[in-house]
Amino acid sequence: MQNDPQLNANGELRHLLSIEGLPREVLMSILDTAASFVGVTEREVKKVPLLRGKSVFNLFFEPSTRTRTTFEIAAKRLSADVINLNVAASSQTKGESLLDTVSNLSAMQADLFVVRHGSSGAPFLIAQHVKPHEHVINAGDGRHAHPTQGLLDLYTIRHYKQDFSRLRVAIVGDVLHSRVARSLIHGLTTLGTPEVRVIGPQTLLPTGVEALGVKVFNKMQDGLRDVDVVVMLRLQSERMRGALLPSAQEFFKHYGLTAQKLALAKPDAIVMHPGPMNRGVEIDSTVADGPHSVILPQVTFGIAVRMAVMSIVAGN
Amino acid sequence: MKVLIRNGRVIDPASGRDAVGDVAIADGRLCEALPGKPDQVIEAAGLVVAPGLIDLAARLREPGYEYKATLESEMDAAVAGGVTSLACPPDTDPPLDEPGLVDMLRRRAKVLSRARVYPVGALTVKLAGERLTEMAELAEAGCVAFSQADEPLADTQVMWRALQYAATFGLPVWLRAEDHWLARGGVAHDGELATRLGLPGIPAFAETIALGALLELVRATGTRVHLCRLSSAGAVDMVRKAKLEGLPVSCDVGIHHLHLSELDLGYFDSHCRLVPPLRGQRDRDALAAGLADGTIDCVCSDHTPVDEDQKQMPFSEAEPGATGLELLLPLTLKWGAQQKLPLAGVLARITSEPARILGVHSGRLQLGAPADVVVFDPEATWRVSPEALRSQGKNTPYLGYELGGRVRYTLVAGNVVFEQA
Repeated sequence: MQNDPQLNANGELRHLLSIEGLPREVLMSILDTAASFVGVTEREVKKVPLLRGKSVFNLFFEPSTRTRTTFEIAAKRLSADVINLNVAASSQTKGESLLDTVSNLSAMQADLFVVRHGSSGAPFLIAQHVKPHEHVINAGDGRHAHPTQGLLDLYTIRHYKQDFSRLRVAIVGDVLHSRVARSLIHGLTTLGTPEVRVIGPQTLLPTGVEALGVKVFNKMQDGLRDVDVVVMLRLQSERMRGALLPSAQEFFKHYGLTAQKLALAKPDAIVMHPGPMNRGVEIDSTVADGPHSVILPQVTFGIAVRMAVMSIVAGN
Repeated sequence: MKVLIRNGRVIDPASGRDAVGDVAIADGRLCEALPGKPDQVIEAAGLVVAPGLIDLAARLREPGYEYKATLESEMDAAVAGGVTSLACPPDTDPPLDEPGLVDMLRRRAKVLSRARVYPVGALTVKLAGERLTEMAELAEAGCVAFSQADEPLADTQVMWRALQYAATFGLPVWLRAEDHWLARGGVAHDGELATRLGLPGIPAFAETIALGALLELVRATGTRVHLCRLSSAGAVDMVRKAKLEGLPVSCDVGIHHLHLSELDLGYFDSHCRLVPPLRGQRDRDALAAGLADGTIDCVCSDHTPVDEDQKQMPFSEAEPGATGLELLLPLTLKWGAQQKLPLAGVLARITSEPARILGVHSGRLQLGAPADVVVFDPEATWRVSPEALRSQGKNTPYLGYELGGRVRYTLVAGNVVFEQA
């Protein structure tokens, strides 16, 4: 096995590609740094000069509004120059290769690439080819990882529950296609969460998912019992077209989070969702907008977490 | 042309001979003693003299993919790897589904006069899995067997008819067992690693389910079927039972699958994107053991030159395959050392056994047989690097590795076609 490509020779974070393999101390320092930025985002002048003069390229090979926007806001609050590239609509359709696109942008003096790509592993390939002073942050690759989402989920959980060492966390829905779930599972297990559960029909759970250190439940009624945190995953409508699921209605009936099902969790349980939500498919509006929901604070914390990640990798 | 190879350790896997001695060649054939003085003497003290290697799957990329490799570059690679005969799969562009194409390929190969080339014809027109090719015509043009290469043959009705038709003319069919629907969209073994890396998986039962169907059709038709590139422990068990039952099947394994597993994908190493996918360690061990106990008849390189641009892509988008002609000998020796097998037995898997499946007289050092010979140094090591490989394909998971077994001379029909100090 090669060395973890996201760490430099001193074990510091040079790129953020995946939560898997990152030591606990690195995760904690990102969360602590993020905490210091939450104050910044609440000030009237929401800027710090940490990345002044640096160029951040948002390189999105897959459409995204929320993630791209929060990265843009985070970079601007760090005083960086931000260039948004919707590559899906430009050079790739002209047949330019991924690495050629990156080399061209590199020639425009990039310091940091924020990459989203439909293929698992694409940010690893880019990270292997960038210049020594350039950094790569994975903003979601295929089904593999979405580390800043995982980190903001960890941040949110820590904010509301403080300590990971006594928690039961349930992740519900389409784990098979979810990079969010994979990143969060690695983060939770690294930080010592004693029980991480995944809940879903067998068609939406990947082979051998237990090896990631999770307990598998097929029934919501069993899996939600006494949990502290419920993380609902987005269900793409195209899953209904193949043989994975018969209908959104049947999915909602068995795996949609309703107030009734949530009552099985601990009374002070929090409900999270990476967004965008499909109300009435994986989550009922009364829960999404209810007292247990921390879905909007997740978005706010997401900016601080992305500021933390950018300032740490660009500083190493 | 008379050649004398002197004082080498002469190993003939077919007869079990393993002794220091001389090998004499006259008029392109092995002979008892030379009539007169040799034109060339090869001093082989400390070297192994063995039949030239026979590779049942080497893509030469012609016609159609000359930017990936040419007949010339790959024939150079073959003899540099000690390979004197190779079968090339029909997945060229256009595929080998017409006698004219086969004829052209054979003639082009003959002009280059390096390794012997045995084309494998397409089983179905354009490899589309729908209509049968003119197999009898193709056989006359020089096709030694019929195959779908890595293209699916999803329609079992077509498969049944194809096997019946091949059996009519006594033609062997070479197929890789993979259920098209289960494998669809997958790029890695459906296991723990694919789950972690978020790669779409191909379950092991995609192989065993298809193999079950194929064996049932062999039982029904009696067609001689060679099963290509086994990848799972379950498949090895099924072939073992099928052979015990007496079904006319043989099988091979790709050289990489003897040594590598899904874990070697590491951080999305696209050099490990192979067809079939690298599976679990238990599967790899079962393949290595199956080859040792004779369930698996032989090893092939599954040589697939891919240009670097097609490999420098995210794992799922990268073109599958690895270069292999020059690694066949070293990686087979490595397997043999791990299994603690005598050298003659190890070499049988890349000489006499594939010769038997191919139905050719080479692959042995019998008097009167074609003088296809390799002389190699089993102790010498070399580092796998783009410069060290003659193939145009530099794509291999073994880049940077130190491997043992260096070819010194390769002779085809008594002519030295490769020589390296």
